[in-house]
Amino acid sequence: MNWNQFVFRELFRRKHKLATSGLAIIFGIAVIVAIITITTYSEEAISKELDALGANVLILPSSVSIADYYSADLQSGELPEEYVTLLTTSNIEGVENLSPKLSFPIDVQGHSVVLTGILPKNEFQSKASWQGAGVFSRPKICGSATDVFNLNQKTPKETLVRKRVIETIEPNEVLVGHDIARKLDWQEGNEIAMLEKPFKIVAVLPQTGTIDDSRIFAHLHTVQDLTNRGEVISAIEVVGCCKQVSNGLIANISKLIPDAKVITISQIVDTQVKTNVLMRNLSLLFLVVITIMGGASIANDMYNNVLERRKEIGTLVALGASPHTIMKIFMKKALVLGVLGGLGGYILGTLIALILGPFIAGISVYPIFYLLFFALGISIFIALVASYFPARYATKLDPSTSLRDI
Amino acid sequence: MLKVNKISKFYAKSNKQLKAIDNISLEIPTGDFVSIMGPSGSGKSTLLLVLGGMLTPSQGEVIIDGQSLYELNPEKLSALRLEKLGFIFQTFNLIPYLSALQNVQVPLLLKGMDSKQQIDKASYLLQKVGLSERLHHEPAELSVGQQQRVALARMLANEPSIILADEPTGNLDPVMSEHVMEFLSALNQEGRTVVMVTHDKNVAAHAKRRLTLVNGTIV
Repeated sequence: MNWNQFVFRELFRRKHKLATSGLAIIFGIAVIVAIITITTYSEEAISKELDALGANVLILPSSVSIADYYSADLQSGELPEEYVTLLTTSNIEGVENLSPKLSFPIDVQGHSVVLTGILPKNEFQSKASWQGAGVFSRPKICGSATDVFNLNQKTPKETLVRKRVIETIEPNEVLVGHDIARKLDWQEGNEIAMLEKPFKIVAVLPQTGTIDDSRIFAHLHTVQDLTNRGEVISAIEVVGCCKQVSNGLIANISKLIPDAKVITISQIVDTQVKTNVLMRNLSLLFLVVITIMGGASIANDMYNNVLERRKEIGTLVALGASPHTIMKIFMKKALVLGVLGGLGGYILGTLIALILGPFIAGISVYPIFYLLFFALGISIFIALVASYFPARYATKLDPSTSLRDI
Repeated sequence: MLKVNKISKFYAKSNKQLKAIDNISLEIPTGDFVSIMGPSGSGKSTLLLVLGGMLTPSQGEVIIDGQSLYELNPEKLSALRLEKLGFIFQTFNLIPYLSALQNVQVPLLLKGMDSKQQIDKASYLLQKVGLSERLHHEPAELSVGQQQRVALARMLANEPSIILADEPTGNLDPVMSEHVMEFLSALNQEGRTVVMVTHDKNVAAHAKRRLTLVNGTIV
């Protein structure tokens, strides 16, 4: 027999006491785990939604006024193309996608269309690797949209409407918006003429409900050549990570490019982020509550346990147990309670999140395994701190009284 | 040698000082068998607890093999108990959630013995008291007599040189009482010192020396 077996025998002999001792801490830990799990997947869902929404930050010439977020790049004013390199090679966190654009209206087959020049992903990567640093070399932190920069992953051309970035586009290729393709009966593979030059339609983009549905997209440098504008752009669309957008991304971009105007869909991002911050704060509040309530519950149970076992403590002292040994017995018991509380809290909290996540947040939730270590850490800490004074009390019990008053 | 120098133990109750034991001096040589008799409340159990270092007297000192108990810190006092003293209680004081074997293992665990040695020695001791068939029974599954035998085996586990027995037969029938006293006499004949508190004259008759305590004083 060792002391662990000794402690386990006592604990499991009194299963109902074990259950009541552990319940407060299990429920407390469960609530925290559930909140963190749901919040984490909620943040991921927000990130995905923002990703689906497209760019949430727009970098424009400072002279541009913002009447319509999505057509802001059609106004007068230009930015140098080197700003793209500046951004891609910067260490600004939260930039998930970049899409420089040069837009201007043209006539095609008697219809007014917006021609937008875009820079394909392979050219970003060559710029970044040439500079040897920047957003491509950083670990990505937001998850869903970051795979755009994965060198090994090929993305279909239709992703332009969602991720604002396209893998490749040849100088003689164009992608056309849903509405203009429908209006002019254009199909993928058709040849069209723009500004007296032939182009091949490589993709008809899905409908987005934005001005993009009436646009034609070509290579940025092709558009620059066609319009004799030189190495300029009219806007840079940025897909920013939701947390960073409201946490310094805008300021950092403004600092990097001081003569540009940086705007954001701040209301959407702020609302989403505020909800998550609220949830996080709520879990912190629960942490405080569980520390106090769970700790008080364990301390109370442990004091009762010491009082119930004072005859046993007296006997152990008579047999030669030192105060250190008595302390060890109760602290080991606290450790076991902490481990069981943390484990039980994690399992229960994860189950709550899995069941309630789809109902209260409308999202799918999965277990987060690193939270097990968090749950165990908190639970063990509470159990040990709450048990210290009862255990110390046990070492101070008068053994003669313990043996005689039962 | 167990030496008691002018020990007194007072308890304060309702602004009055109650004397549990009063100015007792005593020398118990190694190998002696002393019974302490007296009416209820005479201070017998208090004296036994003081002798075992479980209770600090208000005055005086207890010296075991030349070592005053009150010069020792709590850890060293525990080590001395583990090394030299064996307690027997009227109500046996077995740990209820441990089997008979595990109860006997406790002093060996306190000594730091490994599990296999604990089991070997505890099994031997339980066999010695006739309980080899009851090793894995919990106290609640044993008769009163069997429980006292487990307590005797546990007391012997750390091979104490001084045995302090508090009414060891108080809860036993006459036959079982006789067995327990024969067992204690045998231990005394092996050279161990036995100090026994009892109110039973027949039990006290097994001792080499009989002391009587009245109102906290030896008469």
